[in-house]
Amino acid sequence: MPAVSKGDGMRGLAVFISDIRNCKSKEAEIKRINKELANIRSKFKGDKALDGYSKKKYVCKLLFIFLLGHDIDFGHMEAVNLLSSNKYTEKQIGYLFISVLVNSNSELIRLINNAIKNDLSSRNPTFMCLALHCIANVGSREMAEAFASEIPRILVAGDTMDSVKQSAALCLLRLYKTSPDLVLMGEWTSRVVHLLNDQHMGVVTAAISLITCLSQKNPDEFKTCVSLAVSRLSRIVSSASTDLQDYTYYFVPAPWLSCKLLRLLQCYPPPEDGAVKGRLVECLETILNKAQEPPKSKKVQHSNAKNAILFEAISLIIHYDSEPNLLVRACNQLGQFLQHRETNLRYLALESMCTLASSEFSHEAVKTHIETVINALKTERDVSVRQRAADLLYAMCDRSNAKQIVAEMLSYLETADYSIREEMVLKVAILAEKYAIDYSWYVDTILNLIRIAGDYVSEEVWYRVIQIVINRDDVQGYAAKTVFEALQAPACHENMVKVGGYILGEFGNLIAGDPRSSPLVQFNLLHSKFHLCSVPTRALLLSAYIKFINLFPETKATIQEVLRCDSQIRNSDVELQQRAVEYLKLSSIASTDVLATVLEEMPPFPERESSILAKLKKKKGPGAVSVTDLEDNKREGGELNGGGDRGPDTSAMAASNASTPSPSADLLGIRSAAPIGAAPTSAGSLLVDVFSEAGPAAPSAAVNDDGFLSSAPPSEDPAAPLSEADDLLNKFVCKNNGVLFENQLLQIGIKSEYRQNLGRMYLFYGNKTSVPFASFSTTVSCPGELQSQLNVQSKPVEPVVEGGAQIQQVLNIECLTDFSEAPLLNIKFRYGGALQNLTLKLPVTINKFFQPTEMASNDFFQRWKQLSQPQQEAQKIFKANHGMDTEVLKAKLLGLGMALLDNVDPNPENYVCAGVIQTKGQQVGCLLRLEPNAQAQMYRLTLRCSKDSVSRRLCELLAEQF
Amino acid sequence: MMQFMLLFSRQGKLRLQKWYVPLSDKEKKKITRELVQTVLARKPKMCSFLEWRDLKIVYKRYASLYFCCAIEDQDNELITLEIIHRYVELLDKYFGSVCELDIIFNFEKAYFILDEFLLGGEAQETSKKNVLKAIEQADLLQELCAFLSPSPVMSTLMCLCTDWLPSLLLLLLLLLLSTLHAELLSAWHLFLCPEHLTLSLFGGGGQST
Repeated sequence: MPAVSKGDGMRGLAVFISDIRNCKSKEAEIKRINKELANIRSKFKGDKALDGYSKKKYVCKLLFIFLLGHDIDFGHMEAVNLLSSNKYTEKQIGYLFISVLVNSNSELIRLINNAIKNDLSSRNPTFMCLALHCIANVGSREMAEAFASEIPRILVAGDTMDSVKQSAALCLLRLYKTSPDLVLMGEWTSRVVHLLNDQHMGVVTAAISLITCLSQKNPDEFKTCVSLAVSRLSRIVSSASTDLQDYTYYFVPAPWLSCKLLRLLQCYPPPEDGAVKGRLVECLETILNKAQEPPKSKKVQHSNAKNAILFEAISLIIHYDSEPNLLVRACNQLGQFLQHRETNLRYLALESMCTLASSEFSHEAVKTHIETVINALKTERDVSVRQRAADLLYAMCDRSNAKQIVAEMLSYLETADYSIREEMVLKVAILAEKYAIDYSWYVDTILNLIRIAGDYVSEEVWYRVIQIVINRDDVQGYAAKTVFEALQAPACHENMVKVGGYILGEFGNLIAGDPRSSPLVQFNLLHSKFHLCSVPTRALLLSAYIKFINLFPETKATIQEVLRCDSQIRNSDVELQQRAVEYLKLSSIASTDVLATVLEEMPPFPERESSILAKLKKKKGPGAVSVTDLEDNKREGGELNGGGDRGPDTSAMAASNASTPSPSADLLGIRSAAPIGAAPTSAGSLLVDVFSEAGPAAPSAAVNDDGFLSSAPPSEDPAAPLSEADDLLNKFVCKNNGVLFENQLLQIGIKSEYRQNLGRMYLFYGNKTSVPFASFSTTVSCPGELQSQLNVQSKPVEPVVEGGAQIQQVLNIECLTDFSEAPLLNIKFRYGGALQNLTLKLPVTINKFFQPTEMASNDFFQRWKQLSQPQQEAQKIFKANHGMDTEVLKAKLLGLGMALLDNVDPNPENYVCAGVIQTKGQQVGCLLRLEPNAQAQMYRLTLRCSKDSVSRRLCELLAEQF
Repeated sequence: MMQFMLLFSRQGKLRLQKWYVPLSDKEKKKITRELVQTVLARKPKMCSFLEWRDLKIVYKRYASLYFCCAIEDQDNELITLEIIHRYVELLDKYFGSVCELDIIFNFEKAYFILDEFLLGGEAQETSKKNVLKAIEQADLLQELCAFLSPSPVMSTLMCLCTDWLPSLLLLLLLLLLSTLHAELLSAWHLFLCPEHLTLSLFGGGGQST
């Protein structure tokens, strides 16, 4: 029995609880409970009216049964009866039952609300608190509807008791969280802020939680709380440990309130008022100083409370991220904690340092603790602490320490807990890629990763290493050598076989000179793993074999033998069987030339965001600060992605692109959409082409089956522009670089730059076949009146484009006056004897000669009014062709060449732009306004230019873009 | 904001549960099962915090009882640890060296104390004195109630009334009773909290520094 039984004990309840505790088995317990439930049911249903005490007792028993984990589906009505009683004990139990066993029965809610209403208006603080607690505990929508307007009144009324105020504040917070739409800001809001000044510390403690939540949603309305919070904090921080009486906790003055104040300040940027800011910095310094003082008590509660404030202060310092001095001090403090004997402190220090590592001011200071962190990773006994250490290592990694950190993480992986291995693998892979200075290190690291934790290496990781090896020719030989060595191990992971198969299939020739890794040795090595592998890996290996036949003709017989054997050619797996049959056939009928074409080295992959990063992000969720940080750094830091200049489709293209460096973001965007020959696993589509080419029939006939080419008449006259030429043109209105045209033979890439009224355009003609293009010639013409508007000069190109090669042509463009047509580009060449003739529109549009003009709101509207003649304005209302995503729209408008003006249009949904078109003869000022209507998926586009033909043309051009 | 608090024994028996976010019973049971298992599996010297789903779990063991709280990402772990401790202190003070049995047999009191201390997942009143004062007042009120408004009289009256007195009369009577009641209560209240004055004094003292 309990030591004390305050209030009026319920004997029946105590007996029942004892009974349950005395039950020897689960069955006996359930039996006893069922008996009791039956008893209570009959009592509740009985004719005899129960007195309050019995009702209370039975409701309590029900509660107890519920807490044991059984479902309770009755008794709510009796509980509601109890809470309408004016006997306090009954009311209290009634409220408790309702709070614990919320029921959404609307009839019941109505009754409960009625009882609450009575208690709220009772003027009895104890009853009011009970009612407020119930609202805060249940917090349902119905309650919000009934009381959301009443509670603010109670909260700010002058005569409300302090304890009621406290409950009201937190009750309102709960309602605001569940139904923010029902809690309306009003006259009470400003008075709530002033509760921060309340004399009663309890009131401040409760109110500040409400204020914090409200100011997160409406920062402007609650701005005044910053200075109030700072002064309150400063008073607490500077008070002696006994000043605050019962709010001092183990010699720490008001730790909860301090933490909440610091938390509130994190909703705002650093205070602008110098005095307030000075006072706050002083507070933060005092808190940091106190951490160095000897403890006033040996109790852990003392240090916990003190450090709770310290960590909250550090969070605020990190949030501000503007006081280098404080950041470094914070970092040093955390550094001390890293070696503290309290596990909790070590854990928190590692966690906090993670965020500190992303600040430029403290990144270096964090790095000095690397040894301690590595030690933590090795020696901490608690996996959650080790996890934090690994996170921190990841966050503090940069070029200077990448090798060390990656090595440590790799060695940790060997013993890491299974729960975190996959995440660790991803992190290692990302760091290795991001900070790779030499690629042999990168390849080593990833192969080690596969060796140590092969099971946890996801597809993304090994895809990525292959992408990188393929895109970087300086590492290919090394990669081939290393995988060859790795495959020597008697037991190697299947992922290693995959990488090995792929890389040797592509670059095995680079190490074939050494007799120890001669073609046949390579093949035998790979094939020795074949039977241990799963179907997808075997499929990959088969593709590697056929590539071997191309790389090393001397292995042909051996490989054909393997392909021909029953276990391949009659394999029960359709995919494997098909590959075996097709590869065998291919190897026997195709000439070496054809084989060389089909089984050519893979073209470079398009550069894109590392898929590993995406995977880690998905795994980690929003908590992973360092991941987003990593992404930001990627452009400058991504050495491997520096290969972004490369085109993915032909290596020749890549070479020439690399020689003319340019911001390639646009290029990449389109390229990834362009068809790319995938890994050899999808060689099927290639085969079709090859067979038709290799067949005895005239190759030109086969090619002429292609829809486009057969439509082009084989005449010497320039063909009419392609039907899709206008679409191609539209693609380039908002961008300057990309692939202009592509078919099975030819790819034309474009890169252009404009300054004032002049432009230069680079055209790249890529031969996608292995056969040279003969009599290659191009002409640029300006039809009709365009001749007098635009001056285009081109240099002649070389008459032959070798197979797989690319040639470049430069055009100089001068805009004489505004124009609306596009110049034509005619290309003629002979492919296998057949004349190819096609005409495209060059993407030179009037907007290319824009100069962006920044202007303020007043200027804009003044000019807008000046251009008010009806013909100066062109307007179009049209349906959205693409998504209406803000960022995409902005990017397009910027690509257009005008300045995108912020804070000009009173409606923030709208976009306004301004620019001047530079022609030789004159300048044309243009203003643009784009009004999206997301609901109707429509836009209204208005252009006003000082020249009416420009308005019309721009309007036409732009209407196609959105 | 704290999302929930669970008290369970070393044997994994749930002793108290408090949820500050609306969840279905099924979900609550699932969470409880999962967390009890996770926390019980941890060794004594391990740290008191762990990541769980997108929440942070803060737990501490007192004798045979585990106190386990789930807080959100931006919340402070150490201060939550002290919230647990303060709650234990409150229980301890109220029951007089509290043990698991006290909480089993007087679970309703444990709830009342918790409601005075935390509300809606936030600290409402951190002063030990003030919380206990509120609870003691309520306890006194119980005795007072029992003394002041003998419920048998009330209920017989009500029965009689509903039978044959006009309802207006009943209403008047009740009104009279309740006002009398309230006045007496507030008088008691003032009498019971002499510290009230000192409290506001010390608040003023804080301001002047």
